[in-house]
Amino acid sequence: MTLMDLNASPLKGDMDKLFLKKRLMNFGIPALILLYLGYVFVTFDVLGLWERASMDNARTLVADSYSYKTHVTRDNRNGAVTYAIEGERKGQYPDGTRPAWVATTGDTTVIDLEDGHVVRFGPETIEYDVPGYGLITATPSRSQGVQVVLPEGEVPAWINLSKNRLAITTDAGRLSVTRNRSEVFRYFMGWELFFFTLDSPYHGLSLFELANRAVSGEAGAILNDIWTNKMWRHSDVAWAIGETILMAFLGTFGAGLIALPLAFLGTRNFMPVLAIRFVARRFFDFVRGVDSLIWTVVLARAFGPGPMTGALAILITDTGTFGKIFSEALENVDEKQIEGVASTGAKPVQRYRFGVIPQITPVLLSQLLYFLESNTRSATIIGAITGGGIGLLLTQAIITQKDWEEVAYYIVLIVLMVMFMDWFSGWLRKRLIQGGAGGH
Amino acid sequence: MADLTSHAPKSADEIRETYTELTRRKRLYGGVLLVLFVALMAAGFRTADDRNAGSFYDGFHRILDYPAEVLAEAGEKAAQLPGHMVHFFPALIETLNIAGAATLIGAIFGTLLSLLATRGMAPWPRLIPLFRRIMDICRAIPEIVIALVLIFVLGGGPVPAMIAIAIHTAGALGKLFSEVNENASLKPVEGLNSTGASWAQRMWLGVIPQVGPNYVSYALLRFEINIRASAILGFVGAGGIGYELKNAMSWGQGRYDEAAAIFILLFASIVVVDQISGAMRDRLTHGKRTSTRKGATA
Repeated sequence: MTLMDLNASPLKGDMDKLFLKKRLMNFGIPALILLYLGYVFVTFDVLGLWERASMDNARTLVADSYSYKTHVTRDNRNGAVTYAIEGERKGQYPDGTRPAWVATTGDTTVIDLEDGHVVRFGPETIEYDVPGYGLITATPSRSQGVQVVLPEGEVPAWINLSKNRLAITTDAGRLSVTRNRSEVFRYFMGWELFFFTLDSPYHGLSLFELANRAVSGEAGAILNDIWTNKMWRHSDVAWAIGETILMAFLGTFGAGLIALPLAFLGTRNFMPVLAIRFVARRFFDFVRGVDSLIWTVVLARAFGPGPMTGALAILITDTGTFGKIFSEALENVDEKQIEGVASTGAKPVQRYRFGVIPQITPVLLSQLLYFLESNTRSATIIGAITGGGIGLLLTQAIITQKDWEEVAYYIVLIVLMVMFMDWFSGWLRKRLIQGGAGGH
Repeated sequence: MADLTSHAPKSADEIRETYTELTRRKRLYGGVLLVLFVALMAAGFRTADDRNAGSFYDGFHRILDYPAEVLAEAGEKAAQLPGHMVHFFPALIETLNIAGAATLIGAIFGTLLSLLATRGMAPWPRLIPLFRRIMDICRAIPEIVIALVLIFVLGGGPVPAMIAIAIHTAGALGKLFSEVNENASLKPVEGLNSTGASWAQRMWLGVIPQVGPNYVSYALLRFEINIRASAILGFVGAGGIGYELKNAMSWGQGRYDEAAAIFILLFASIVVVDQISGAMRDRLTHGKRTSTRKGATA
């Protein structure tokens, strides 16, 4: 018993110390993380950002990404009325046609916004009949601005009134009147004109009718109308996606091709000369350290915008990464297989071909394919900087700050593209490595 | 064994014939694949070259022009470089903070997602596929997409970049973490369960100590990647050193010394962080190596 006691007390001391250390770790690390996050919270001024955040922008962004609006515009100087989807020339109704919810009688245009909301563009005055509120009339004139007559009472918050401008926003739509023009927006769900623009003869046909026409020999014309859609630019988008994947493909495999021979120079077992080994390794480190951002900037100066620049930026950065990975793989090859091949009288080239390459192929291929997927993502980002591929289209659409439905469309396409490349590279990896090295 | 011997032994000629047939077919497949690959590379190169503003052959000589100009001007104004570096240092810190905070937040959410998506640990096993899909989608969205959309809503600055990188990091780390989780022993979890521990306690006390070193190692690797990402996002308007680089470059000639100072800062910080995190990861995996050896013998 006494022996046990003697041994136990220092042991207990040790355990106490260990527990104290564990307790410190358990509470100390989360506390440190919290402290750091708190510091970031303050330096990034998250509270101030929250105040400055534009909820209006967020609302238009979200609403616009799943809905579209049709503009009915009256030029107040000559009385001409035009109809255009999203107010763009590309979405303009051809002369003599108009949406079904607009009627004209003589000089008056009656716009039905549903639920009892009706806007009338008269020859002189603009009228908006709001159910539950009353009739609003506005008379735009060159000399006196916009004269507005409202029902009795206080001006509600959804009417924005000044000397030269009237803006009304209701659940049914929007009306704005200035001296020069009156405009009504009516909102609809969905992505309009996704397949056919208004000038296409196939616009507005049912799926059944389209299938009928396709069977009777118009399939080519139908596809052509979809492909050359001016609103959604399907052909440009397809090309852009192709460019992005092309950048990733050329960059990844080009880097692999260049890095493989260079990797031999950086290994202990294949390169006995220390100086060359050192230079090769520092070269890989340098190229990796310079980072794709700097390479992109430098290369964009030399090659101009486009997919080639992006591909080269990926190629150069990944040459460093692959050089490092491949030389590590080469240092781990089994000498016995090379000896075995050499014992059959193989020449050096054959020794590499049959002794070394089969050993590193699985590592090499799986790394290449893994990078192919991650470079698809990089190519999107690099494309936004150098100007090529889907990244460029995305930044352009975001800069206009109104084509959010296109932004949403591109985001969906990008996510699908990356997921497809992820699946594809995984599938290829499984096929090639199983076929090449037998199992894994 | 019985199966092998029951076959009638083939003659040497027959064996050789099947063998040469096999190698010939293998070589044919290999050859076709190689030709296909070379053709794809060549066609891809030509297409990319056609669609580029400047052609590869014209631009090739000019690759070094810009770095040479920058370096020459930086050399002339070498005395001002340290001053510029001090001036841009806060921007570098911002970039590092974006990467650090995004890695931390991403790792926290990645841990949660991975625990929710691992069989045996998930509190709601039926929802495992849902959490896997969430991770896939988080991983598939390039940072720039979220960053640009958030810049529109929140205005420019570091927070949109941080959120964007954190979302991507949560997906990427979540996948790696759930692979680590699959190799963790479930016995401590069962033991804790028998004492009536809650899910959070089971995970925190039963799983995290097992997988911690691996988690940290992956998170460090992510941190290296995220520094690069945050520099790039700065270039499209999210603040930090990338934003300063864009400004310095748009000044054009005469202000190249600023660009050179930023290049040097960025390069140096990437190399330093890579070295430190490489050393730390090495130590973590060394610790892991002994534990896996123990695990293997057990």
